[in-house]
Amino acid sequence: MSAVPAIEVRGLRRIFNVRQGLFAPPRQVVAVDDVSFAVPAGSVLGVVGESGCGKSTLARMILGLLPPSAGDVLVDGQRLSDMDRRARARLIQPVFQDPFSSLNPRRRVRDIVAMPLMAQGNISRTEMDRRVEEALSRVGLSVEQGSRFPSQLSGGQRQRVAIARALVLRPRIVVCDEPTSALDVSVQAQILNLLAELRRELGLTYLFISHNLAVVEHVASEVAVMYLGRIVETNESEALFADPRHPYTRALLASVLTPEPGLGVPDVGLGDTMPDPANVPSGCRFHPRCPLAFERCPIEAPKRTPYGAGFVECHLAETAAAN
Amino acid sequence: MSALLDVRDLRVTFGGTAAVRGISLTVEKGETHCLVGESGCGKSVTSLAVMGLLARGGRREAGLLSFAGTDIRNYGEREMSRLRGDRMAMIFQEPMTSLNPAYTVGSQMTEVLRRHRGTPRAQAVDRAAELLGRVGITAPGLRLGQYPHQLSGGLRQRVMIAMALMCDPELLIADEPTTALDVTVQAQILRLLAGIQKELGLGILLITHDLGVVARIADRVSVMYAGEVVESAPTAQLFADPQHPYTRGLLTCVPVPGKVRRDEPLGSIPGMVPRIPPGYSGCAFRDRCPHTHAECQGDIPRRAAGPGHEVLCTLPAGWFARQAA
Repeated sequence: MSAVPAIEVRGLRRIFNVRQGLFAPPRQVVAVDDVSFAVPAGSVLGVVGESGCGKSTLARMILGLLPPSAGDVLVDGQRLSDMDRRARARLIQPVFQDPFSSLNPRRRVRDIVAMPLMAQGNISRTEMDRRVEEALSRVGLSVEQGSRFPSQLSGGQRQRVAIARALVLRPRIVVCDEPTSALDVSVQAQILNLLAELRRELGLTYLFISHNLAVVEHVASEVAVMYLGRIVETNESEALFADPRHPYTRALLASVLTPEPGLGVPDVGLGDTMPDPANVPSGCRFHPRCPLAFERCPIEAPKRTPYGAGFVECHLAETAAAN
Repeated sequence: MSALLDVRDLRVTFGGTAAVRGISLTVEKGETHCLVGESGCGKSVTSLAVMGLLARGGRREAGLLSFAGTDIRNYGEREMSRLRGDRMAMIFQEPMTSLNPAYTVGSQMTEVLRRHRGTPRAQAVDRAAELLGRVGITAPGLRLGQYPHQLSGGLRQRVMIAMALMCDPELLIADEPTTALDVTVQAQILRLLAGIQKELGLGILLITHDLGVVARIADRVSVMYAGEVVESAPTAQLFADPQHPYTRGLLTCVPVPGKVRRDEPLGSIPGMVPRIPPGYSGCAFRDRCPHTHAECQGDIPRRAAGPGHEVLCTLPAGWFARQAA
């Protein structure tokens, strides 16, 4: 196995200029702020966080759909910015949340799945048909279903089409952005099982973005927790779920409602101030909601404190590590 | 004592499609009854039918539809609209679409009281501010003057809850009230609902697809499949001893941290929800059921499986327990 990580991200940053009004000067929103990580080939990095934390912006930069404002994305050891679109598409492919809006409603399933092959060009009709059929059968769709339109399929079947389209170029990496959030639980289970099976059989690497911690715990080998554009804690999945260090990670874990009756609704201990990416708090950006915040938190941004295979950005962890 | 809401044999059809096929349920005062099921099972249609808010083309029939001891089956639109927002309040999934973007929070909240009770403006504003405080909104005075787009999703849902409480309702119908929210906010909102219910003794009919929400907040659960309640039981009983194959399948589909190991396959239910043609008979789940047999084609008995526990299934009582042994 090669030591080159499948995905490596170095100091990634993305700033959006947001217009506030016709004559007001634009304001800068830092959606992703100094994010670095490496995903070894064959593993699954789960990225969790609330809406607006920058997880989808991060995914779009890794897919090459959005240029970073600073920093580098390396896929399989090569800089994404040095690749052309076709080479990029052969390496890394997306699966998005909503299979209702991510498939062209006026094309048949097999044409949707063939599109990436067509974009690559230089392929015979028979070879194309063979590859499309292979991709469809991989995700459990029949040839007959290939001649239908997306509107004739259920949500789970549509998500299978999206996965087939992602696999048809035989990529190394698949970026899944909330792939099961729009699906019913029984269908979610089918899709998660399919993704796990494909990863094992094809040796894929996933970047798996989700707001559902129970799902991330089930699929991810590493987890990164994002808050207002920064990774505030990251570690191997087992370590992070067994021993979360950041108060935000703890609050996220506490708010997972497992189907266990009698436990009631937990008090997550966060105030009612909501994170606003256009107005990032000073010091530690989590301090207005943190139940454990003290004098230092609003003043000084915490440094990365390493623990295990990962790190945590919290003053309390810094203090604990110093003692 | 009669139940706060008593629905018997409710049927809803849209043209040739039967969306709800003979549902019975009750909500007692101070009780949270959860209707759980997957999309298209008819849970939202059930709640809309109870409130008399079915879309055009929807036909409702019921053996009984009683609210606080009064049969409201034959209520017209005027009588229903007098009830809704007053003694029977609602919260929907997406607070942005249920709030009017052109009016301030304050004017929408006070309208409820002024319309149903004719309360003077100043008094209604006081009441609105008091309730915003009650649902955990700091600086209620400021929020009353704001428009819905100026609030976050969690704040909007709090506003919806406060608005629903304006007239001291007896019954609250909440359709997926936390589905559009982040997990941390979801926990906060559900905690708030549970607290308010305890305080005011509300009856709540909560519609959700999330078994986690059900387990944590419901007193009683009814599991819906293809327009029918296939299993109904007190919450602890349902999770401890599910008797319908669909309920059992659903429970294995949910990833629970610490229960299913990473990379081990989750349970799943093969196939999908069938379309139910008019005149369909037998169990609607039979084509997806691992225990299906000849009797599933005929009429399915609703059998008791314990105190307050009913199952719509041909499998004999205690069948799963014997299988496990």
